[in-house]
Amino acid sequence: MEELALNILDIACNSVAANATKVRISVSADTSKDLLSISVKDNGRGMDKEFLSTVADPFATTRKTRKVGMGIPLFKAAAQVADGMFSIESEVGKGTETKATFKLSHIDRMPLGDLAATVVTLIGTAGEADIVFSYTVNTQNYVFDTGEIRKVLDGVDINSPEIIVYIKDMIDENITRINGGLIL
Amino acid sequence: MKTLEELQAIRDRMKTQMASRGAADGDDIKIVVGMATCGIAAGARPVLNAIIEEVENRKLENVKVTQTGCIGMCKLEPLVDVIVPGKEKVTYVHVTPEKARRIVASHVVNGNVVAEYTMNAKA
Repeated sequence: MEELALNILDIACNSVAANATKVRISVSADTSKDLLSISVKDNGRGMDKEFLSTVADPFATTRKTRKVGMGIPLFKAAAQVADGMFSIESEVGKGTETKATFKLSHIDRMPLGDLAATVVTLIGTAGEADIVFSYTVNTQNYVFDTGEIRKVLDGVDINSPEIIVYIKDMIDENITRINGGLIL
Repeated sequence: MKTLEELQAIRDRMKTQMASRGAADGDDIKIVVGMATCGIAAGARPVLNAIIEEVENRKLENVKVTQTGCIGMCKLEPLVDVIVPGKEKVTYVHVTPEKARRIVASHVVNGNVVAEYTMNAKA
């Protein structure tokens, strides 16, 4: 993975696979604390304690095609090399929250990358599930919610190419506005 | 600035178009992009976004772009399937955004499979 947005996409795909109807992605940067926090929270089926304890191990996976799963270990490693922390909390029937923090200025901290592309790609894979994307830099915040978009669309498919391209530009514009010249 | 009001206007235009086109989903060409950890790490997300942009720029109304999980050929990712109704599925391997645009132009629009990018060419 070359950018944190790709890790986020991968982790959020797990939420969709766990039959979540709502996936909330939060990205928050605080320059005074030199801290970047990322959270992916869902209301999917969750994991039991036994599986949870092995889930950051590359050889734990639910997939049938192979016996390894690299998504969570890669995200965890990305946080650890940047002086950050990684955690997963999960409860069967309630959902899962995956969190990672990073030292913002750490030389090995991967760039955030194309978050708008990640959000629209996730919309494409999520079916009816709603995606909430919250983006904060210091005191500035932007929240994107597919629930709100679906209301506007009134039955028109959110995954029509024209809509997806429009939404991607909209998220991009807002990220640029929130960044206020910062490159994250 | 992109706004929800403008999105509303796009919605209204699309509704009118849909009404005139009618529902005939079975005739749609499907483009499927692999989007598991292996695909994502190999560059599937920009490939998917390039395909969606190309379909939008060309205003292709009979094309559905979807995603799938890992199908067990990770070393060939990014993988893209093009399924034209009544024809055999074509699987493209090691796709880049540039290759993806050519696949849309040549295969999806004009019906000419880009043989050099297919799985059979690499095998």
